[in-house]
Amino acid sequence: MEALARSLVNFVPVLGGVPLWTITLLVMVASAAVVLVFALTFEGVGSLVLRKVAGDIQARIGPNRVGPNGMLQFLADGVKLVLKEDIIPARADRLLFRLAPYFVFVGSFAAFVVVPFGVGLIAADLNIGIYYVMAVTSLVVVGILLAGWSSNNKWALLGGMRAAAQIVSYEIPVGMALIPAVLVAGSLSLQAIVKSQGGLFGIFGWNLFHDPFAFFSFLLYFTAAQAETNQTPFDLPEAESELVSGYNVEYSGIRFGLFFLAEFGDMFIVAALATACFLGGWNVPFVSVAALPPVWGNLLSLGVFLGKAFTMVLIMMWVRWTLPRLRVDQLMRMSWKYMVPLTFVNLLGVSLWLLLFHGKGIPQMIASLFG
Amino acid sequence: MTGMTARGEALRTQEMTINMGPQHPSTHGVLRVILTTDGEVVTRAVPDVGYLHRGLEKIGERVTYAQFMPFTDRLDYLAAMNCNCAWAWAVEKLAKIEVPERAEFLRVIVAELNRISSHLIAFGSFTADMGAFTPFLYAIRERERVNDLFEMICGNRLTYNYARIGGVSGDAPPGFLEKTKEFLDYFEPKIDEYNNLISYNKIFVHRLANVAVIPAEEAVAYGMTGPNLRGSGVPFDLRRDEPYSVYPKFDFKVCVGTGERGKLGDCFDRYMVRINEMRESVKIVRQALAQIPEGPVMAKVPRVFKPPAGETYFRSECPRGETGIYVVSDGSANPFRLKIRTGSFVTMNIFEKVTKGLMIADIVAVIGSFDIILPEIDR
Repeated sequence: MEALARSLVNFVPVLGGVPLWTITLLVMVASAAVVLVFALTFEGVGSLVLRKVAGDIQARIGPNRVGPNGMLQFLADGVKLVLKEDIIPARADRLLFRLAPYFVFVGSFAAFVVVPFGVGLIAADLNIGIYYVMAVTSLVVVGILLAGWSSNNKWALLGGMRAAAQIVSYEIPVGMALIPAVLVAGSLSLQAIVKSQGGLFGIFGWNLFHDPFAFFSFLLYFTAAQAETNQTPFDLPEAESELVSGYNVEYSGIRFGLFFLAEFGDMFIVAALATACFLGGWNVPFVSVAALPPVWGNLLSLGVFLGKAFTMVLIMMWVRWTLPRLRVDQLMRMSWKYMVPLTFVNLLGVSLWLLLFHGKGIPQMIASLFG
Repeated sequence: MTGMTARGEALRTQEMTINMGPQHPSTHGVLRVILTTDGEVVTRAVPDVGYLHRGLEKIGERVTYAQFMPFTDRLDYLAAMNCNCAWAWAVEKLAKIEVPERAEFLRVIVAELNRISSHLIAFGSFTADMGAFTPFLYAIRERERVNDLFEMICGNRLTYNYARIGGVSGDAPPGFLEKTKEFLDYFEPKIDEYNNLISYNKIFVHRLANVAVIPAEEAVAYGMTGPNLRGSGVPFDLRRDEPYSVYPKFDFKVCVGTGERGKLGDCFDRYMVRINEMRESVKIVRQALAQIPEGPVMAKVPRVFKPPAGETYFRSECPRGETGIYVVSDGSANPFRLKIRTGSFVTMNIFEKVTKGLMIADIVAVIGSFDIILPEIDR
């Protein structure tokens, strides 16, 4: 950030008189705003596409009233949520009740900062990128638990308890399943992980094809991440047909909107991490993005990244609209008895592979056979 | 559960009472269940019925026999045709009216179509309760077609009101029988689609198998009827065992639970009975369409209809079990006393027993597998 501020000062000499920290702060706020606006727009447009797809899967039409072909539905929904009355139940814990949506929202959106959207399109290339994502998304569980507790509603409480148990349980397999990508790249930075997958036509360098264990850990990650973001078949915390709506049952208006957006944001973060860690991130197949002029390189890589991430989100939606929901004991059994041991075995497998074959994946070995 | 705090005091846990309903997405109406739970485990679930009581039996004493027909639509709004026919058959039995055969065939056709549409809702809402929303919309898609047929024959899409005492309100309009056949050809493969989509889905099976097992003797002892009884493996179907109308002319199978994925009489068996019964209903309608004779559709019933004094009990196989109608006549234009026995109400007796020790999510599964409907429970 400070480097960016310095280059800005060099670029616009008028700013020379302003203290550097002010400019740094301004740059920070501006980039945060850009990320937020980008995320919100993406979610708006994304939700429209997904609702159309969901409609298709469910043999119905989907939104088609607001704007041409229902294209402006997400704006209408947003305006509606803002204008709705904000109800706080009489016997709720008012402070916690107001606080909860922010935890959830911040936890989900702070993760956008380190998502590598393109060659140079990353708000902050932290050297602990993955670790950071895991840490901030853990905030979500605090928010959900607060929401469930402060609502003074038993259904909400049950939902909050379920969410806490579930997210904590599935955080372990999620983290363990991501480690193979870190091991292969030798870095926690998401940008470095993406760059490490650039070789071999931009497809065969993907961690997905690195070795069988990496492929398997992608599947494990994707399954566990669905559970961590409370997607069907793991949507127990909101389980509409059991807990009415779970932890957010007492929320209305924009506070509910924040929960809703955060859920959507979580979904995208999961897809983005899967893309960055296993599917080659912004690497464009058969094109060397770094060789292109920066503008075109960035645009192209952004498009490819969003395309991949969106495909993952669509798959999540597909699963969501197909499968029924697990019971809470089955969910816990699945995590602790199957997913956690499997991810550990998998991690061991990847480590051994890297040790035995000096970090080379199957495609690299085949490529070296042919010179 | 007890544990110790850091200071060595015993931790105390407390059971929580949760009010499930009368407004709850999975109680299929205004059923209220008072849950006592230890965390997620339900130690006691007491159903509290009566929120939809309209006094249909008392109303029956204040209106004429013909006027009561529209009220039977509201007895089970998802199977109005079956209830209409049940009332018509009961009164015809009381007054010994001979009904033209074509009318009986039409009644059987609409009753079985209604059984299909009712089971579709049972299947759809059950899967929605289990968290899979898509099958529900598939079921609704097919139900619309049945509704189109019913709209064609009687003008209504929910409270059909087609049967009359002595026959039906009118002959099938031109094209109805062909359209019905078209629907059957369209619908039959869809049952396999449902099975592929959800019935044998691993999660779905895991949620239902071995949950709320009701052994056959217990089901009989509690007076359960219909698909819920057959789900426990008891092959009892009034259409076959106490034949009425023109049912003896048709060849069909009585579907029973087989315990194919768990113990006999679990939620999955009750679910599969309904899926299989849809196939059998298709079979019955096909045979009825092939055999339907020409002729009148209404018997000669006097305008001021006064059945002779006496009493009768008639029971028929409705989608949610046996609908028994006990009607006493004193020779006047109104029934002297009317009593309606419905499948859903009787089924609720066993609810508290089978739900002991289940989890909250299972309560929803049990309600869904019983396929209760509240207007039938409360009348």
